[in-house]
Amino acid sequence: MHALYISLISEYYKSRKTLAFWAAILLPLIICGLISAGFYNNADKIIANHYPPMLLWAQYSGAALGVMGFLIMPFYVIFMAFSVNNIEHKNDTWKMLFAQPLNKFSIYAAKYLYAIFLIFICLFLFATLTYAFGHLLQVLVPKFNFNQYSPLDILINAYTKLFLASLGILSLQFIISLLWSDFLKPMGIGFVGTIMGIIAANVGWKYAYLIPYSLPTLASRITKVKKGTDPLAFPVFTQEIWTSLIYASVLFIIGYFIVTKKSIK
Amino acid sequence: MGNYAIETVGLNFNFGNQAIVKDLSLQVPKGSIYGFLGPNGAGKTTTIKILLNLLKSPSDQVFIFDKEINSNRIAILKRIGALVEQPAIYGHLTGKENLVNRCILLGIKKTKADEMLSLVGLAEAANKKANKYSLGMKQRLGIAQALISDPELLLLDEPTNGLDPNGIIEVRNLMIDLATKHQKTILVSSHLLAEIERTATHVGIINKGQLLFQGTINELHLLSKPMLEIEVDNIENASTLLIKQGYEVTTKTEKVITVPFVSSRKSGELNTLLIQNGFTVSSLYQQRKDLENLFLDITNTN
Repeated sequence: MHALYISLISEYYKSRKTLAFWAAILLPLIICGLISAGFYNNADKIIANHYPPMLLWAQYSGAALGVMGFLIMPFYVIFMAFSVNNIEHKNDTWKMLFAQPLNKFSIYAAKYLYAIFLIFICLFLFATLTYAFGHLLQVLVPKFNFNQYSPLDILINAYTKLFLASLGILSLQFIISLLWSDFLKPMGIGFVGTIMGIIAANVGWKYAYLIPYSLPTLASRITKVKKGTDPLAFPVFTQEIWTSLIYASVLFIIGYFIVTKKSIK
Repeated sequence: MGNYAIETVGLNFNFGNQAIVKDLSLQVPKGSIYGFLGPNGAGKTTTIKILLNLLKSPSDQVFIFDKEINSNRIAILKRIGALVEQPAIYGHLTGKENLVNRCILLGIKKTKADEMLSLVGLAEAANKKANKYSLGMKQRLGIAQALISDPELLLLDEPTNGLDPNGIIEVRNLMIDLATKHQKTILVSSHLLAEIERTATHVGIINKGQLLFQGTINELHLLSKPMLEIEVDNIENASTLLIKQGYEVTTKTEKVITVPFVSSRKSGELNTLLIQNGFTVSSLYQQRKDLENLFLDITNTN
């Protein structure tokens, strides 16, 4: 456990000055900032629609959730899986890492957990900033009715689902990035996979849930709030989430065996 | 057993069908500076990687401090510091941060980082990004990383690579210091015989994955006897004369006769002999066998 802990600390220490780390903070800040700026500038039009408070929140948070679930989230996950491994490929430091008196599982698991941690931070900030900026809009434009409904449960549910649904992609991309040191293979496979996943999910293919890349799209679709229904009535642990978690755990174990067999040339 | 820091017993290692290391039996005595000599591609780096368990060796072939490496990986790695090929440095971190990261991984005090930086002469460049370092500075940082845990055994793969003459001398002195004053065992690889001769107490020569020679530096010196090369006119007659006078002519080319070097005085006598017999000696010099010739010698005698 101690080896895992120090490996995690080291992962943070190494990455804290890289784009990968800051992307986890900047991405939600920029996207939520842009959406809020849009709401602020178009306040008159939006207020003229006379949305009930819940629907206003749905419109507002859906803007970030929609774009995240469909496109940015898969690519962000692919990029995270790439960057935690690439830091060692680029600097040729795998040999140094595996020559340390630490068990290989800790080194591997720390990298994996750190990638999960970065994704968690990113989504956590998305949820938090959506909530905070919504209330900030209310202060700036008192005619909004954000303050008449608490979206916390929806936000937590939706982002938890998105987080869990993306773990399948993460594990798959993690192995690809571990095996190949170049940029093109993981990115290329990830790109093609994501496009395929989105198409498969959108045409409603029966087995789309078996493609890890489809899962965030599928998961975020269920989150969409339909008029007149209870927004909290959607389940978190659906088929997509279970598939994602099964993919994640199986691939995590396979990845470990790859690491133990990996010869450091 | 017991006296060796590193012992391999008939070690074999293949990449696919290609045999990289063949029946290698290294014996590195504790407290020695072991020069691991061989041309590029001889299997030196592969051997060092096996000693670090980066490449998996068959069981019961590699012992470090008398422990089998595959079953004692972590315990052994705790006692080893290593520099393999290019130093493993994170370019986006400063020199100091690279060392602090190593302190984190090893669970040692971060103040050790500053200590190491001054030891290798990088104190002033501590806060400079490592990818801005020159080759020599990177090499020093790599050596600092290897030393930071104060290990009993150091594996240094061509540590003077890229260093200027001053740096080479510093590393050389550092190695001698570590071995004599701090009782460290050092295995240092090189493809330069001259480099190894100045520091090593023991030498192993490897070529094409096979150990051709292993012994103390003095034993190696006996093998690499210096030769006397004589440039003289009328080579045929000169060599006949020398043989008649009881000299052993090792080789003879169109221009040069080579005989074993005995002493300066003997060389002078030989010169006088040739001149008195009417030959013109244009040059006469002592030549040490270079590594390649030594290899040939050793392989031929085997």
